[in-house]
Amino acid sequence: MVRLDPSLSRTRVDTPLVFDIEGLSVHYGAFRAVRDVILPVHQRTITALIGPSGCGKTTVLRCLNRMNDLIETARVSGTVLYHGADLYGRGVDPVEVRRRIGMVFQKPNPFPKSIYDNVCFGPKIAGFGGDMDELVERSLAKAALWDEVKDRLKDSAMSLSGGQQQRLCIARCIAVSPDVILMDEPCSALDPIATGRIEDLMQEIKSEYTIVIVTHNMQQAARLSDLTAFFTAEVNEEQDRRTGVLVEYDKTEHIFTNPSDERTENYVTGRFG
Amino acid sequence: MSSIGSGATAARGAVEQALRGRRVDVKGKAFELGLLAALGLSLLILLVLLYDVFSGGLGVLTERGGEFLRGHLSPIPATAGVGQGIQGSFLMMVFVVALAFPVGIGAAIYLEEYARDTRFTRFVNVNIRNLAGVPSIVYGILGFSIFVQVLGGLTGGESVMAGGVTLAVLVLPIVIITTAEALRAVPDSIREAGYGVGATRWEVVRSHVLPAAAPGILTGTVLSLSRALGETAPLLLVGAVTGFLATGSQSFVEQIQGPFTALPTIVFSWARQPNAAFRELTSAAILVLLLVILVANAAAIFLRNRYDRRW
Repeated sequence: MVRLDPSLSRTRVDTPLVFDIEGLSVHYGAFRAVRDVILPVHQRTITALIGPSGCGKTTVLRCLNRMNDLIETARVSGTVLYHGADLYGRGVDPVEVRRRIGMVFQKPNPFPKSIYDNVCFGPKIAGFGGDMDELVERSLAKAALWDEVKDRLKDSAMSLSGGQQQRLCIARCIAVSPDVILMDEPCSALDPIATGRIEDLMQEIKSEYTIVIVTHNMQQAARLSDLTAFFTAEVNEEQDRRTGVLVEYDKTEHIFTNPSDERTENYVTGRFG
Repeated sequence: MSSIGSGATAARGAVEQALRGRRVDVKGKAFELGLLAALGLSLLILLVLLYDVFSGGLGVLTERGGEFLRGHLSPIPATAGVGQGIQGSFLMMVFVVALAFPVGIGAAIYLEEYARDTRFTRFVNVNIRNLAGVPSIVYGILGFSIFVQVLGGLTGGESVMAGGVTLAVLVLPIVIITTAEALRAVPDSIREAGYGVGATRWEVVRSHVLPAAAPGILTGTVLSLSRALGETAPLLLVGAVTGFLATGSQSFVEQIQGPFTALPTIVFSWARQPNAAFRELTSAAILVLLLVILVANAAAIFLRNRYDRRW
């Protein structure tokens, strides 16, 4: 295994750390999905996690807001520090974690309710006491959806197109004013035009949020992200099982133009994966 | 030029020839006919049944109308009616709705949304399915020994309450199973969306899972109500009256603790009468029972569609 030097990226990005992940391993039952991940995530940057299928990118992402807690067999070891606090420490409430660290999923998953209700659900349960109409408008505007839906806020979210639904999910996430937004292949179910709109949107909101995105699309990672982590799957011959490992983590331009690991180079040049 | 043209025509002719179907699909046709015959037979049986009931019972209903629906149990065919049966069935359904629905739906929500997937929960699940398959007469014996004998002081013995509680226990597993299936049909992506914005389990269940599953839960529960409406055997064991039943001006408590009868019980008791006049009354009572069940099922469909249209 190639040892990653975390200080490499730290010295080059000057915003403070939001996440400091060390020695992160995740098991599903007896199966080890990823092992020994070291990944510092910087504030107000877009960090992309790339790699072939089954390399554990999504698993790592879901550790960052304790979404893996929902999978009964999942077991997380190692440390995930969030602004220095241990996310998996005693007494940490996953609900509080998720209010600060929002998530956008691979398939757009709006609630089968009105557009308005989709956005206001999060703030409502968080006890938001201000002007809800204003908050809904602001969130939808930030997600570049307001102009398209302002006249039909009471319509079902299901009547929107796939791209609009995904922007609605982003608006829903933004509405609770999170600190971090995790995105799990947010454009994989969308056409290129809808993808372009979401990428523009991410560039715009980057100044306010820390974004971690899992993507299969290398051009997307290259276009969008400041830092890129390349994962791959190690095949365990005896058990015929694959365990994800982090190969290289660096500024995106280095990963795509001058990677230090041969496996990264093979992947980004299309020779593998 | 012309040779090319005729060559092209010949080639097209050959293609047309090749594309034309030559096969006679004997097995496929036979299969289709077999399926059609099965459907026809089922419909035929249903039609014969309906014809039999309608030809026998429609006369009574049109001649006596409201008087038959209000009439009491009586050995005299000309004055016998199903009023007490309708009342008894209705009161027992109140017990089913009040007991089996909340308990069954609650148990299903716990099993699906809260319980961890352990060997024990799987064991419980399997056994609820087994309970749904237990013959209804067995529930009658249970009802008799527990709700009539042991708890007789509370239920008043062979009473509406004992009958209603027995029917509630009978449909409980069905309510649990249909509710659990409706909950399972709600995609996990909806739950993840809820958790993703910081909802607690209770908020996710209340605001998203239950509303999404409501049409399915509603349909399942109302269908289980129809099942309870038609049950006869357990009521006979719990002591539904088949002969003469005197009901006067009683208080509600006296009513539900008093002797009772139900629509299917009346059908059963009249069908055994040697008097030919009761045969028509039996058919008429069956018509009333069918109508009540039809209304319940229609209500289920109506409510489901209404709920669905909300988004």
